Amino acid sequence: MTPLAATTQLLEIVGAALAAPAFLGWVNQCRAWLQNRRAPSLMQPYRGLRKLLNKDAILATNASPLFRAAPYVVFATMLVAAAIIPSMGTGLPMSTAADGIALVGLLATARVFLSLAAMDVGTAFGTLGARREMMVGFLAEPALLMVLFVAAMLSRTTSLPLIAETLAGQAPALYPSLAFTAVAFLLVMLAENARLPIDNPATHLELTMIHEAMILEYSARHLALMEWAAALKLFNYACIGFALFVPWGAGNEASGPIGLLLAVPLLAIKLAIAGAALALLEILSAKLRVFRAPEFLATAFLLAVLGLLVHLLLET
Amino acid sequence: MHPLPFSLQLLNACAALLLLLSFAMLSQRRTVNLVNLLAVQGSLLVIATLIVAWRTGQPHLYVSALLTLALKVFALPMLLHRLIRRLNVWWDTEPVINPSGTMLIGLLVVVFSFGLAQPISAVADTAIRSTLGIAIAVILLSFLAMITRRKAMSQVVAFLSMENGLFFGAMSATYGMPMVVELGVALDVLVAMLVLGVFFFQIREQFDSLDLYHLESLKERD
Repeated sequence: MTPLAATTQLLEIVGAALAAPAFLGWVNQCRAWLQNRRAPSLMQPYRGLRKLLNKDAILATNASPLFRAAPYVVFATMLVAAAIIPSMGTGLPMSTAADGIALVGLLATARVFLSLAAMDVGTAFGTLGARREMMVGFLAEPALLMVLFVAAMLSRTTSLPLIAETLAGQAPALYPSLAFTAVAFLLVMLAENARLPIDNPATHLELTMIHEAMILEYSARHLALMEWAAALKLFNYACIGFALFVPWGAGNEASGPIGLLLAVPLLAIKLAIAGAALALLEILSAKLRVFRAPEFLATAFLLAVLGLLVHLLLET
Repeated sequence: MHPLPFSLQLLNACAALLLLLSFAMLSQRRTVNLVNLLAVQGSLLVIATLIVAWRTGQPHLYVSALLTLALKVFALPMLLHRLIRRLNVWWDTEPVINPSGTMLIGLLVVVFSFGLAQPISAVADTAIRSTLGIAIAVILLSFLAMITRRKAMSQVVAFLSMENGLFFGAMSATYGMPMVVELGVALDVLVAMLVLGVFFFQIREQFDSLDLYHLESLKERD
């Protein structure tokens, strides 16, 4: 492992953990501006986390050890996921341990623990949220896998850093397959991160909520970890999107320390644009009925499969 | 991967968009949007024809592009819009199969038609033979759309989109049909549309609805 690779790896993990709440704050800020409200500060998520970390945790009397362990598991899974996604550099030592398919597995692990913890205490809301989350998850996962398969077929590898490197190095051309999968990925990202057409991230105590229903029973440091993990998940999804569809600018061995130094502000710019676009998308869409969610995700799956088929027919 | 010339890339993108539009038509519930999608499909065909005409330098393709523009982008959608207004049929009823199911069947249809096109494109010698599979898929998907709709209006739109698919297929296999055939087909479509318009009014007169399931009552009962 070269010093540069180690630095990149460390920077990615620490950077993701620190930048994720700011990214969430930026999305919220853009949403507020678009709604003609006064925007909360970019630091608001950090203040929320600090407030929660200073409080005493309260647990339900019948909470099992699983309920206590879940926040740590979910948060750790998201950190590991951040470590193998090439957001700033492609020379990642840890990425040899897990490829794109394992990444989907990691995200699924987090989902399983989150859902189990939600059902653990036995409240109606938690169970309801967990069931909905599993429904969304089992429809979104195949679509996400298909998206990864298209990128993997284009670059002939399933390792995310190699995919990003191959796609960035390719001659510029129109790829209808990548365009289709990009839309599919966007739909999956909205559904998986409990964003607007599927779930409303701004409300509590609504019969339609999914993510918020699952973490209702958590307080203090557990809640802080869960919210931090949710922010990290959004950050991770954005970075997967960059790696697959706008892979230019990530540092690698060839570009050396300067490449890495340039990659950091470039990632910030990409995130700023993506966050604003996400906010705009959320402003423009209304929440779907839960029963329409399968249709939404079937569309994502359809687009991803169409991308695969179009790639096989037109681009080989 | 070997880099294609840009015009071919553009053509492939057009083909892929045509396929996507077919799926959009398959899932669309509003008849008005269906007609708009048909117009978009027509304009994509015009773009594709122009690219092929420019690449191959065949003058008759320019004429056919002009014909497509006049007929499929302006005349037919306008006719259909007027019919929708006068018949007051803005919505289709719930399709026979639910949309997600239709989409999945549609995916199978696409796989089937790509397989079907493979031996044909192997024999064809045009530069855009790989899009033949998409043309066949568009035809079969429109067919599927006709099967899963109940209202006469949506079936007619699906029928017209099938004709678009045929046109695209002819272009990708042999750089377009001879001019005489093309003119004949264009005229046929226009006349068919006018006749069908009259039929719509007759059907509605008889059954107070454009739902074709009422036609089954014409069967003899025993």
